Amino acid sequence: MRLTRHFFAAALGALVASGSIYGAAAQQTLLNVSYDPTRELYKEFNQVFAEHWKKETGETLAISVSHGGSAKQARAVIDGLEADVVTLALAYDIDAIAEHASLLDKDWQKQFPHNSTPYTSTIVFLVRKGNPKNIKDWGDLVKPGIQVITPNPKTSGGARWNYLAAWGYALKHNNKSDAAAKKFVTTLYKNVPVLDTGARGSTTTFVQRNIGDVLLAWENEAFLAIDELGPDKLEIVVPSVSILAEPPVAIIDKVVDKRGTRKQAEAYLNFLYSPEGQRLAAKHYYRPRQLEYAGEFGKRFANLELFTIQDFGDWQVAQKKHFSDGGEFDQIYKVGR
Amino acid sequence: MTIFLSHGQTGGVNREAQRDSRAVRWSVMALSLGFLLLFILLPLIAVFIEALRRGIVPFLEAIAEPDALSAIRLTLLVAAISVPLNIVFGVVASWAIAKFEFRGKAFLITLIDLPFSVSPVISGLVYVLLFGAQGYLGPWLRENDIQIIFALPGIVLATVFVTFPFVARELIPLMQSQGTDEEEAAIMLGANGWQTFWKVTLPNVKWGLLYGVLLCNARAMGEFGAVSVVSGHIRGKTNTIPLHAEILYNEYNFVAAFAVASILALLALVTLVAKSVLEWRFGHELSTGGKH
Repeated sequence: MRLTRHFFAAALGALVASGSIYGAAAQQTLLNVSYDPTRELYKEFNQVFAEHWKKETGETLAISVSHGGSAKQARAVIDGLEADVVTLALAYDIDAIAEHASLLDKDWQKQFPHNSTPYTSTIVFLVRKGNPKNIKDWGDLVKPGIQVITPNPKTSGGARWNYLAAWGYALKHNNKSDAAAKKFVTTLYKNVPVLDTGARGSTTTFVQRNIGDVLLAWENEAFLAIDELGPDKLEIVVPSVSILAEPPVAIIDKVVDKRGTRKQAEAYLNFLYSPEGQRLAAKHYYRPRQLEYAGEFGKRFANLELFTIQDFGDWQVAQKKHFSDGGEFDQIYKVGR
Repeated sequence: MTIFLSHGQTGGVNREAQRDSRAVRWSVMALSLGFLLLFILLPLIAVFIEALRRGIVPFLEAIAEPDALSAIRLTLLVAAISVPLNIVFGVVASWAIAKFEFRGKAFLITLIDLPFSVSPVISGLVYVLLFGAQGYLGPWLRENDIQIIFALPGIVLATVFVTFPFVARELIPLMQSQGTDEEEAAIMLGANGWQTFWKVTLPNVKWGLLYGVLLCNARAMGEFGAVSVVSGHIRGKTNTIPLHAEILYNEYNFVAAFAVASILALLALVTLVAKSVLEWRFGHELSTGGKH
């Protein structure tokens, strides 16, 4: 008898203790559910914003973040992860939250300036030091014997940007012929030896496991990989043309209304557009919407011709045509194998 | 043909055969020892070497960091809740199976083994399906403002699920081998059911129980897959040690990742040492079914 009583007492005690751990955080909290490559950015941004908010309002704000693949994170929010704000890799994933869980308005993208995208990026090439395979532009990726590393567009937001960037390049050089673009992208994916599920996984494959000649990467991921793993091993090649990658942000209306955090959530996202927020984005290798705020970090972003997702209609259209089951990518990858 | 030959020769070459068998024994031992060194000891050492690569200070800093501390606290808390729960479930279930005859017993045994055969990711997803916002109980939970997945209760549930068989699996064969003689004697002497259980059955299996608890605890602290699905990965809140180690690794923060992993390895080593001490100290009782 004594034994069970001890067990129950221990279990109960632990439950109470856990309650008090969470309960002790009586101060206002904010949860930002984000995708993989923003870890470093939000680590610093959260700190700066919390100080700013404290100075403005006197309120102590504890900001938490969760990172993971963009589509997976959207799925978690749909399944009940109580995000006050989401900052994901592409609009389609936030659309999914609006569609499957109705946690926010369908026209959420009009709520903040610049398509609710405070910072942008683009797709560039990361190659081995000295560029031994002499890769200069998209055209070089389809040459025989070149190994291209890119994640699976079915599971990775970043990979969809990669895919569409290649498609867009091919359209431009073939008088906007869809058939020619498809042929180009098919050849390109024949050169892909392994499809990882996420952008970070592909970076690891290329950098740590030393597989492949060129990594298609977000510009910020490419800069970060060089930063972390050594400029003596890798270098960035900027192609002639690429896609403007817009990772958007949104407030999850149902959550902030329930938790009473709308004011904080709005201020948080608006602060991304402030000079300080823009400077931090640039510092962590995202292209700020207003380059004049980037300060000393502005120089690092090369000029190139950028097309946008609007050239493909919008994300709903692009998703349906290219990445849905039986869509262009499924056909391409089947042919490729 | 060869079989015939060797048969005919066995009597004459007995010593040779003995030498052969010794050679086989040594090579088998060397092989298994080498295998263990290569695949278990070496990675374990590598964890500690990587963790201490930049010296003791970065190692300690990585562990004293608030997110890491919270991960350690959460892991210990989850183990502290799920292990006692599984002790109670495990003892009750194995008692029922070993000491009583009833219909559906085979089915119950299969159910207990289920967590071993199901992929942990699936066990996590099952809870999302049940308790997620879009799940069967989601709307009701939302109305009553109860958060199960992406919070502590979900992590505990997933851990309880994957660690369920450890205690029961350890106790069932032990209890079965002991039979019901002592219990019958106790009841003949006038003990009631509870008294029989507490004074006869439980003391007989206490070392086996402790063994099961240690294994259960090791797995509870180390579980990755199922917990990863229901955690939500909120830094400083819902990351356990294994999840935190993965995050640090993905952030190129290798020293911190291995430092945190070494904590987990240390906890596992403590568990294993405790288990070996038990075996050494009470090996006899363990093997004979704990009769005293």
